[in-house]
Amino acid sequence: MSNKKKKKLTPTQQQYQQFASQREPKRPVFINCVKAFLVGGIISTLGQGLQWMFMTYFGFDKVTASNPTVAVLIILSVLLTGLGVYDHIAQWAGAGTAVPVTGFANTMASAAIEHRSEGYVLGVGGNMFKLSGPVITYGVFFAFVVSLIKIIVKELGGI
Amino acid sequence: MLKGHQTWVFENRPVIIATSAVGGPFESKGALAEDFDILHKDMWLGQDSFEKAEKKLLEEACEIAIKKAGIKKEDVNIFLSGDLLNQIISSSFTARTLAVPYIGLFGACSSSMEGLSVAALLVESKAADCVLAATSSHNAAAEKQFRYPTEYGAQKPPTSQWTVTGAGAAIITRQGEGPRITSATIGRVIDMGISDPFNMGAAMAPAAVDTIQAHFRDLGRDPSYYDFIATGDLGKVGHGITEELLKKHGLNIPPDIFTDCGMIIYKEEQPVLAGASGCGCSATVTYGHLMRRMREGELKKILIAATGALMSPMSYQQKESIPCIAHAVSIEM
Repeated sequence: MSNKKKKKLTPTQQQYQQFASQREPKRPVFINCVKAFLVGGIISTLGQGLQWMFMTYFGFDKVTASNPTVAVLIILSVLLTGLGVYDHIAQWAGAGTAVPVTGFANTMASAAIEHRSEGYVLGVGGNMFKLSGPVITYGVFFAFVVSLIKIIVKELGGI
Repeated sequence: MLKGHQTWVFENRPVIIATSAVGGPFESKGALAEDFDILHKDMWLGQDSFEKAEKKLLEEACEIAIKKAGIKKEDVNIFLSGDLLNQIISSSFTARTLAVPYIGLFGACSSSMEGLSVAALLVESKAADCVLAATSSHNAAAEKQFRYPTEYGAQKPPTSQWTVTGAGAAIITRQGEGPRITSATIGRVIDMGISDPFNMGAAMAPAAVDTIQAHFRDLGRDPSYYDFIATGDLGKVGHGITEELLKKHGLNIPPDIFTDCGMIIYKEEQPVLAGASGCGCSATVTYGHLMRRMREGELKKILIAATGALMSPMSYQQKESIPCIAHAVSIEM
């Protein structure tokens, strides 16, 4: 907990939180990391295999092959989300399924399914980016910041 | 009537003449499956949204309780109900179906005992002859509102709990056969500054401790008076903390009579992490399981302290901590 947050708490509250946190089971961080490494690695290896397949059999080059590769992973992820399997795998795999592109596809598909009951416009349309929105917002923003830095450095005579 | 600071003693001992419990597919695989009146195989209950499914659960629970009591719905003077969805829609929409006088309650997961204590008070004070008290929760509807979409792959920490898909209802009258409500302790809101919605047990434990202590202090009773004491939905983590805190404050409840509804509703092998939660947890366990054991004579005097976390999805995004409450009701045969 941050110190700023701690300051707002009364001594009794702080005492209780300390007491409670000793009795709460902790996230098994090491095991979770190992699982995430395994599953994330498997997904990435699958992606590598797909890229190789598209390059060998379908005449794509190394850059263009990434498009159909990502598409296949996204379709698989959305399919598993729709069949109600993805969240169970994710409870085991943690960051292993959240970090690769499959995780991003899952955030969009799950939100779209969940809010179908509120209609296509306000429900699916309005909520599909509920979880993935921050990724896009900050992805775009930081890409902008980085390119700005690059331009400035270039103008100043850097590399 | 009022005894001590916050406890009502009911001299006329209102009777719970009928109770009902309805559950979902996950509950049908649970440890108390036999104590439910209806168990649905389908999370959606044939409806096109989770919210409608929850309303159906509550409607069914009310209908069964009315039928078991052998009364007509016109005989119900007041319907008391609460749930977890925004603006307690499950309760209000059920009240629309029932078309009886209605008071909506919000005590989050403590709504079950909040409803039961107010029902007993209304019957005791002759404001009503027959009160229907009910509450419901739905796993997917609650997840959708309070956390993430159900199919979203987020890893839940070991302190998180599983919201019960279920509804429970009870009919309380002045005379009749059945377990009697003898007292109720209304809780204070306690906030120990915990703001993690995946750690409700630890957030709610101090509220349970406060109310249980107040109950025994107000009535000058010893825990040995009861042969069963249960908290509402603290789960393993919260219940452990409650036990220790009570001991620290000099209230020794023997572990064999002290448990938590959220710990007994599911089987050990079900993947619920710390246990069950939701309005439906204490409601179905009390109205289904415990009432059956009382009617069969296995339990004579029980105390249920239903716990509730009074936060909203917005309040925790704004980094507010979780205020909690617990209401305790004693039921005797």
